[in-house]
Amino acid sequence: MKYVLLFGGTREAQQAWDTMPDDVRQQAYTRVEQWFRENGSKITGGYQLQSPGTATTVRLDGNGGSMVTDGPFIEGNEVIGGYAEIEVGDLDEALRMARTWPGGGIVEIRPVVAR
Amino acid sequence: MDTVTANAALAAVFREEAARLTALLVRILGDFDVAEDIVQDALVVALERWPREGIPDQPGAWLLTVARRRAIDKLRRDVRYHEKLAQLDQPERSASDDRLRLIFTCCHPALSREAQVALTLRTVCGFTPDEIAAAFLTSEATIAQRLVRARRKIRAAAIPYRIPDAGELNERLGEVLAVLYLMFNEGYLTSAGEQPERRDLAEEAEWLAALLLRLMPTEPEVMGLSALIRLHRARARSRFDAEGRLVLLRDQDRSQWDRPAIAAAADLVVTASRLRRPGPYQLQAAIIACHAESPSWERTDWLQIFLLYQTLLAHDPSPVVRLNRAIALRYVSGPEAALRDVDTLREALGRYHLYHATRAELLRELGRLTEARHADAAALQLTANPAERALLEQRL
Repeated sequence: MKYVLLFGGTREAQQAWDTMPDDVRQQAYTRVEQWFRENGSKITGGYQLQSPGTATTVRLDGNGGSMVTDGPFIEGNEVIGGYAEIEVGDLDEALRMARTWPGGGIVEIRPVVAR
Repeated sequence: MDTVTANAALAAVFREEAARLTALLVRILGDFDVAEDIVQDALVVALERWPREGIPDQPGAWLLTVARRRAIDKLRRDVRYHEKLAQLDQPERSASDDRLRLIFTCCHPALSREAQVALTLRTVCGFTPDEIAAAFLTSEATIAQRLVRARRKIRAAAIPYRIPDAGELNERLGEVLAVLYLMFNEGYLTSAGEQPERRDLAEEAEWLAALLLRLMPTEPEVMGLSALIRLHRARARSRFDAEGRLVLLRDQDRSQWDRPAIAAAADLVVTASRLRRPGPYQLQAAIIACHAESPSWERTDWLQIFLLYQTLLAHDPSPVVRLNRAIALRYVSGPEAALRDVDTLREALGRYHLYHATRAELLRELGRLTEARHADAAALQLTANPAERALLEQRL
């Protein structure tokens, strides 16, 4: 079963991350890297994303027209910070992985459409 | 056999066998929708024939034979047709009861509480969607939609059909117990609607708790919930007067209580406590047992009840538990101390009718009658339950 784990958090948490001292951020990175290493056999892809300030959103009107805006499309206070594609047996296994995510914040587990 | 007895016997067999059959079919077919459809069809056939021909000696085997015929039609296009059919012919007895897996899957935390309840009633208790709708005062379409969405999620997100590992068991069992407790509460005293008490849901919750206890005989919280439900139901007859008004515990006719049932449930609470893994359901059951075993309202052991609430607060620090502790405090330290405690809950419980009803009683005892009337009026505005409304109106 393939799922995507979407790692999210609040804007404040994102800003805190961006402005934290280098050595503190490095420690946090080390924990995240360790999580990726420990779960390496189940992870098939994924990236950390650059901050939401770098996002550009294109809205399509369905008639060939489009509108481009600055910023991410999710409204409200939550932002996506990255994602990982995983291959595990079932939702319980995905839940176990998500529960040990050292990045804090929110993890959304979405099964992918199999084709 | 008269019709009522026959129907009751039929209902009991259905309840015992339908879930067993559904659980078996889900395991073999790996599909909730198909399994439920087949069981539903088999039950319809049984409903036609059993009243005429009598309930067969092995109703489970009888139903499986009918279900097998239906399954063949449904399975024709399945790639694993022969393999699945072979399993239906000689169903392998799984090490544990399949129903336990079914219960854990229906109560998976990835499903909303509403979906968990609807799915449990549908697949474990064999309720039809319109029976569930009637129990929760919503439309059949809403329930059908809820069930469709839940089953779709089970399939699409690969929610597993199994009993959780030891490491997850406590948390997952907590979900199951919460579903049963909600079901029981909804049945025991509904929050809206014409009938003040829907016996069916409460009875179903009692049966489910007993089933869970049979399947997990060494889990103290399962014992606690089962005892809690039995203790409430053993006193159900004295809860309403002839006009359908709620009778307060203080005024209930204790001679109507089912003493043997109370004693058995109280024994279960003691057995659970010997396992030394206390929890909120055991503590609540212990509190209710104190009331149920007391010969009269006057001789209630309030200090013990107060201390049990104190312990319960450590497990469940909710304002409702604090409100109940304050009521016990009234009989330990007097109405003034209790009112002081209750008044600290205004912000948390301002929308809860029993907060106002409790304040009203304490104020009346202290001779502050105008304030008491205001509090009763506030309580009346916040509840839709006809039996509770009747009681409050009488006071005003």
